[in-house]
Amino acid sequence: MTSPGDSGTREIWPLWEVFLRPSRGLSHVHAGSLHAPDSTMAVRNARDLYTRRGEGVSIWVVPASAITASDPDAKGEFFESPEGKEYRHAVYYTASEAVPHL
Amino acid sequence: MIPTTNRSASTALTPEAIAESIAADETVASEPVALYALGLGDDALVLAHRLGEWITHAPELEEDVALGNIGLDLLGHARSLLTYAGSAWGTSEDDLAYFRGESEFRNRQLFEQPNGDFAHTIARQLFASVYFDGLYRALRRSTDPTLAAIAAKATKEVDYHLDHSVQWLLRLGLGTEESHRRMQRGLDAMWPFVGELFRAETGLPEGGVAHVPLDVTDGGTLGGVVVDLEPLRSAFDEIVPRLITDAGLTVPTVPFARGGGREGRHTEALGPMLAEMQVLARAHPGVTW
Repeated sequence: MTSPGDSGTREIWPLWEVFLRPSRGLSHVHAGSLHAPDSTMAVRNARDLYTRRGEGVSIWVVPASAITASDPDAKGEFFESPEGKEYRHAVYYTASEAVPHL
Repeated sequence: MIPTTNRSASTALTPEAIAESIAADETVASEPVALYALGLGDDALVLAHRLGEWITHAPELEEDVALGNIGLDLLGHARSLLTYAGSAWGTSEDDLAYFRGESEFRNRQLFEQPNGDFAHTIARQLFASVYFDGLYRALRRSTDPTLAAIAAKATKEVDYHLDHSVQWLLRLGLGTEESHRRMQRGLDAMWPFVGELFRAETGLPEGGVAHVPLDVTDGGTLGGVVVDLEPLRSAFDEIVPRLITDAGLTVPTVPFARGGGREGRHTEALGPMLAEMQVLARAHPGVTW
């Protein structure tokens, strides 16, 4: 299985995936990718490329090669199976009046 | 005084806020303060242009952006400092940047040195960033409120510039045989211009010959306004050799150049750089886009 964005031997520096946390209490979200010679420089490059307008308070970088992705051609089997299975959503439950803030 | 309403939410001082304050006759630099600001502004402007020359030439796109970012930070410092300096003579930042000749530029010679290869640029950045870091930290305590506000904004930025050059110094110095050789060559090429960084600030020539040192003593025109360079020199001598040896490199022993940038004496590199920097503004005065 190939890694997303991998251009193989044409790369001089390895590819890194960048995740930003926009503010305290939120999760890190994928922001994009970049090239860097190592993880330390990847964090710095991410700072320059993805936090120019105050977008983040925390940066994670992950080698793109460490990510295993789902097969883009297997969309049907992977993502259309939940169709028609509305019982997986919590809409059939009745909320108890004794429990506030649900 | 700088009106606080013209500052952005982060309270960082902008060149536009300084210009408005000057236009409202609230901010005027005295001639010695203006000359001091002009020197610091030229240091930042000339180095910013050099870093801009890297765009599309850096080893990777990401490094184009890193060097470009640092250059833009420096350009911000230059704009504020030149705007403030211009208040003494009724000139704008653009007048000062685009319509002065080579001998009127007051930057110290390190900043005009050509980019060379990437290691040359990192060596120049290392020396420049250590200098700026010490300078702006100290300038935050200036008795001149405009200079202190400019320095407060710049301090956060040059701290990152220093980190960038140290990271690359380590990687090139401890990298391959070739990167080590080039990094050493870069340090050796830039070292002669280190001495000038810590020489006394000077005013305008008197009697057309000698440039008199600005009076920075307590009670003098610039006492408490400008940064004392002696502690900066000590800090540089303590930090830089350690960084160089940590990277497996040798502290250069080449003698210092004569210097004289603050008096308008420059190396052959500045003229062609200014020609390129100024050509558009001179061909189309007042042009905007």
